[in-house]
Amino acid sequence: MRVSKRTSGAVALGAAVALIASGCSGSDDGGDAGNTADGAIVIDGTQPEVPLVPANTTETGGGAIIDYLWTGLVEYPNNGGAPQNAVAESIETTDSKVYTIKIKKGLKFHDGSEVKAANFTKAWNWAAYSPNGAQNSSFFADIQGFADVQSEDPDADGPQKAPPPKAKELTGLKVVDDYTFEVTLAAPTAVFPTKLGYSAFVPLPDVFFTQTPEEFGKKPVGNGPVKFVSWEDDVSIKLTRFDDYTLRDKMKIKDVDVKLYQEDTAAYNDLLAGNLDFQQQVPVSALAGDKWKNDLGERAIQSTTPSTGIIAFPMYDAKFKDPKLRKAISLAVNRQEITDKIFFGNRTPADSWANPLTPGAVAGNCTACQFNADEAKRLFAESSGYQGEMVFYYNADASHKDWMEAVAQSVKNVLGINARAEGIPTFAVFRQQINAHKMTGPYRAGWQQDYPDVENWVNPLYVKGGSSNDGLYSNPQVDTLAKEASGAANLDEAHAKFAEAVKIIDADVPSIPVYFQGQQSGHSDKIKKVELTNVGEIDITSVEL
Amino acid sequence: MGRYLLRRLLQLVPVFIGTTFLIYWLVWAVPGDPFAGKCGERPCPPGFVAMMTEKFQLDQPLYVQYATYMKNLFQGDFGTTFGNRSINEIIATAYPNTLKLAVVALAIEAIIGLTAGVVTGLRRNGFLDNLVLISTLFLIALPIFVIGFVLQWVLGVQLNIVEPTVSSEMRLSELIVPGFVLGSISMAYIARVARTSISENRRSDYVRTAIAKGLPMRRVVGVHLLRNSLIPVVTLLGTDLGALMGGAIVTEGIFQINGIGRIVYRSIVTKESATVVSIVVILVLVYLLMNLLVDLLYAALDPRIRYE
Repeated sequence: MRVSKRTSGAVALGAAVALIASGCSGSDDGGDAGNTADGAIVIDGTQPEVPLVPANTTETGGGAIIDYLWTGLVEYPNNGGAPQNAVAESIETTDSKVYTIKIKKGLKFHDGSEVKAANFTKAWNWAAYSPNGAQNSSFFADIQGFADVQSEDPDADGPQKAPPPKAKELTGLKVVDDYTFEVTLAAPTAVFPTKLGYSAFVPLPDVFFTQTPEEFGKKPVGNGPVKFVSWEDDVSIKLTRFDDYTLRDKMKIKDVDVKLYQEDTAAYNDLLAGNLDFQQQVPVSALAGDKWKNDLGERAIQSTTPSTGIIAFPMYDAKFKDPKLRKAISLAVNRQEITDKIFFGNRTPADSWANPLTPGAVAGNCTACQFNADEAKRLFAESSGYQGEMVFYYNADASHKDWMEAVAQSVKNVLGINARAEGIPTFAVFRQQINAHKMTGPYRAGWQQDYPDVENWVNPLYVKGGSSNDGLYSNPQVDTLAKEASGAANLDEAHAKFAEAVKIIDADVPSIPVYFQGQQSGHSDKIKKVELTNVGEIDITSVEL
Repeated sequence: MGRYLLRRLLQLVPVFIGTTFLIYWLVWAVPGDPFAGKCGERPCPPGFVAMMTEKFQLDQPLYVQYATYMKNLFQGDFGTTFGNRSINEIIATAYPNTLKLAVVALAIEAIIGLTAGVVTGLRRNGFLDNLVLISTLFLIALPIFVIGFVLQWVLGVQLNIVEPTVSSEMRLSELIVPGFVLGSISMAYIARVARTSISENRRSDYVRTAIAKGLPMRRVVGVHLLRNSLIPVVTLLGTDLGALMGGAIVTEGIFQINGIGRIVYRSIVTKESATVVSIVVILVLVYLLMNLLVDLLYAALDPRIRYE
């Protein structure tokens, strides 16, 4: 997932699914075609942390720009539905293990060169090869031969260097002809075609391989609806329409200027003064008392996003071994009150394990997510009990204090446990302790889906060895079911199996889903029509002036 | 004078080395692995961590890191950030912005502060004096971000007289409001110090003599009185310029100015030790030189002060 740097580790405020066409009187639409065709907008963004290389970008600032500049094999519809082919002509498989991918002919990169099969395989090989240090390399772990292009540093932080990996390229990638390549996975994975829409899987032009990634990343060349013009650090990134673009999502306007803000309040004031045309998330200060709705009127966009605020249990701590205790704690949390009082109704109480916007997710399948004080007390009495103080941890450098304290208070009131919330100063220290499995109490976590499928809400979080299963939850039944689901012949079978796995997770309560994230955006008078993408970024190709 | 200057300049060397090492050590000691939070709610891939650790020598002991840093520094190379941006370039773009803002703020506080101080110092207890007294009290009591947000909201959003944020061209007209915000508190202090100093000297013998021998009031105030009353004000202005050139985290943030304060703040949060130390190195130099300049100015204002 991408992490938002402005809020230092808050769940990236992503995602909107609704199609938003803001009100405008029909009368002046006719004369505006010319305005749209060579129109320009200014949208808000943050300085990308690293040069713009798709496989190396894990934060929202750079991630948004990469989403604008590139089009992948598949694209995710704005309404959150199942992915559709974009660059891919077809993706075929008989066993969910070997995929034959054909790409459309005649597609061009911004430098005029053609998009060919080798542009994909070379890009993926580069990203997977561990000495290149790509932050998104784990996305390629499905492909056969991934282990052989990795090398581990024998003494972690020590002076010894990692030996070069055994192989330079993934054995699972094979170019058939200029427009066809074959991908062999290490194990059957039904969701693989869905993953291909994530930005780590986009093609790289030949010019990438003739220069350093840093040089390329300062002047990126993509294959998307807009091309890169210039980047002034901490000030703005300028993009303009790519006229040779032939896929569905062509730009209607011409220029996009991404203004790089440090403070969302500054951006908001610019939005109100008409200097900014779109802000993805208005500042917290504007949410109180629905001030933003008064300020913006019809230009306010409320949307829900596929990310969930979660509290995870450190399952490696013996105190939290009893599922009855965990369920009692979960049932003791008054989610409705928290979302109403602390988030002013801008977030909704979580009632399912996967975000309900996700394909394959079952709405309302979290029975542990209700607020039921009597049941909580009963389960607590049956459980092994809890001795001493229960501390809920959060990172204090983003706004988590209020709701975490409310959760602790709720648990204290209902169960009579001596519970309180405690902030750990920075996200970095917080994550360091989590990664080292040293947490001694339940801690704030969050999850924004990388790609729209329920698989992304199970495998990384609740399967043994999952990339974000930091609490070390492990249930062999879940592991088996998830493995069967992942290897299913098609997505429907996979979703059915995942639903079974989630039932067991629901009984075990390895974490507490608390709220579904909401997003509050705003746009200027100038924009007559705009849609948000499935992760809540502005869909610049939808903008009409 | 020459020997004094040389001695002061030589003193800079140990101070410089001491502060840089201290800062380096402090940033290094800030808890948190710089790569623990980089990849969101999942750990970064080992390949990435290994590459970065080696590139930035994070597996070396502190003194080795510091020595390498100082070696590069003396060759004029501040190094790069974790995101591979040249720190030289970052400073070269941000520092002029901070300087411009500092100069505007200093000019505003000097002009308004001094004028208010002189006028009220000469006519004490009048209506104007009370007005200045109350308004300065008000400014001092308000935190700077309140002044900043209120002015931005009222002038920029409600009345639309100015742009709420400063564009990248940093035009002078855009800098007046941020400059006023940044200089407001010092302005209040300068007005008060100048007032006290003027009204005190107003009753001194030499002023009485000057008036008695028939000098025009303009000359009495402009030459005799002002010059002697300026010493405490100059001290204030000098240290303030040093502080202003250290960047203004709050003001730069509110008005979206790409200055040094914003960068220092962000670098501390992301544990970019090389950036923090590089900027602090420059700030230390600026501060030391500003102090030296102020000390030399005393001698110009008051001939009784001699440096040997």
